[in-house]
Amino acid sequence: MLRVQHFSGVPDIISIIVVEADKDRATQIVDSLRAAGECEIRIIAEPTALARQIQDMQPDVVLIDIENPSRDTLEELALASGPMERPVAMFVDRSEAGLSTAAIEAGVSAYVVDGLRPDRLKPILDAAIARFRMFQRMRKELSETKRALEERKVIDRAKGMIMKARGVGEDEAYAILRKAAMDQGKRLADVAQALVTAAGLLL
Amino acid sequence: MKGATLSVGFMPLVDAAPLIVAQDMGFAAEEGIALELRRAPSWSSLRDMLSFGQVDAAHMLSPVPIAAALGLGGAGAPLSAVSVLSVNGNVIGVSRALEQRLRDAGHGFDFADAGAAGRALIAVAGDRLRIGVPFPFSMHAELVVYWLSALGYAVPTRVDIRTMPPPLMAEAIAAGEIDAFCVGEPWGSKAVENGVGALLLPVSAIWAFSPEKVLAVRSDWAETEASLTGRLIRAVWRAGRWLADPDSRVLAAELLSRPEHLDLAPDILDRALSGRLVISSRGEERAVPGFVEFHKGAAGFPWRSQAEWIGRHMATRLGRDPEAAARAARSVFRSDLYRAALAGTAADLPGASSKVEGALMADSPVSSPRGSLILGRDQFFDGRVFEPLAE
Repeated sequence: MLRVQHFSGVPDIISIIVVEADKDRATQIVDSLRAAGECEIRIIAEPTALARQIQDMQPDVVLIDIENPSRDTLEELALASGPMERPVAMFVDRSEAGLSTAAIEAGVSAYVVDGLRPDRLKPILDAAIARFRMFQRMRKELSETKRALEERKVIDRAKGMIMKARGVGEDEAYAILRKAAMDQGKRLADVAQALVTAAGLLL
Repeated sequence: MKGATLSVGFMPLVDAAPLIVAQDMGFAAEEGIALELRRAPSWSSLRDMLSFGQVDAAHMLSPVPIAAALGLGGAGAPLSAVSVLSVNGNVIGVSRALEQRLRDAGHGFDFADAGAAGRALIAVAGDRLRIGVPFPFSMHAELVVYWLSALGYAVPTRVDIRTMPPPLMAEAIAAGEIDAFCVGEPWGSKAVENGVGALLLPVSAIWAFSPEKVLAVRSDWAETEASLTGRLIRAVWRAGRWLADPDSRVLAAELLSRPEHLDLAPDILDRALSGRLVISSRGEERAVPGFVEFHKGAAGFPWRSQAEWIGRHMATRLGRDPEAAARAARSVFRSDLYRAALAGTAADLPGASSKVEGALMADSPVSSPRGSLILGRDQFFDGRVFEPLAE
């Protein structure tokens, strides 16, 4: 009787915890999860006492950025075995390796309570994966931009040094730097960095 | 030999040194491989990166592949420990508040006597002690539980073992989330340096020769890529031998300190490598010979008996069948692959693959093909010995 009720009843709403300190990102994740289906979502921004908070709230799924070092804390949940505690495992189950790999590549880790049916989880994970992929792209673009800016600064400093040391103008200093890079088969920024580093040692 | 690139994951710890050195000092290149080193943010990520094939091999807590074999945590891909990467190398530290209470009670911070330090800690800890460890499946967790239980301090009723990633350990103790920690270097020294903790013991005071990190690969990968596995084992063995040479120390600290590796000042890393640790904000220094071993005493040899010790203790702690766990664990430490890889090199390996753990009161010669092998002291602080299953 109990069994029949369990399987024929309207499925409960899935509860999800998202561990994300950044408000904007958290909002975006929530939006995409809502679009994927009916679910109750809570956000944890504070990494301290993560395991305890999750245990208090008893979610079906926990989503956390793979780059988040606090993820290790969640592993404790996999050991939960008290009568009131439900076992939590990383990812759906072993048959869902494809989905798990996609999630890992996208940078999302999902902790899923044992017994949650894969077909109910899939839309949630798909939505999370799509969102995390976007974050990953943005993160990469940001770091590329930062790097370009840093390199610009170093090249400017190297240029300044050459101008001062050889008494040449800016364009000529740049040409000297570029030629050195081409002769050595190196990137302009790397040659500039070497010059700046070496000059730092001589001063 | 055709060059192959292997991606290898690591956590920012001193004991990732054999992998970093294997690549940067050319030992990998000598074997015709290149290691693309990838720093991982957490142990669970690293384990999953390995399980799902994002990396070919990984610097791994020795109990993690055993936990995987017992179905604890992770996605269930069978993992093999094909070499021990490091022996010992962790420290136990306490908060400044506990340090003060210990000093008031007359503890001298000798950084050597685990029995005395443990009894002193229990006496001042009160009803409950919160200890941070990097991962639920770690030598840190096993040794802390072994140590406190042996002294009659009930685990887990009076001890909270909390998981904290190593780089966050100093912050956690500063924030008062934990009272003590067990962590790999340099993160204990970092807590001392930040003025938030003092070091109480090296873990070698609890078990003198504990396998700390292993070189882990997926078991199916070890079979399909037998040649690469062999080359990787040899490259890491040579790196360990290089690291054991005192002349290598300064350079090793420099290599590890690079931004893409640990990104910390070399002098902090040198403390572990030299075995001279600064244990408190007062600048007290303690020497620990063999604080972390990469080579001496066949440190790299994955003893089946070490794996059994881990499996049995982990299972007991988590309410699993210890006998079954010991059997599953012993097959994870691949002394067979290690032997095969190092046959024909200068390595002298033990004749047996299993030994009674904790029986060596001093460095002792042991039967080996060349007869030149001396195993290091491997005693437990309480004098117990561990009998493995028959080979």
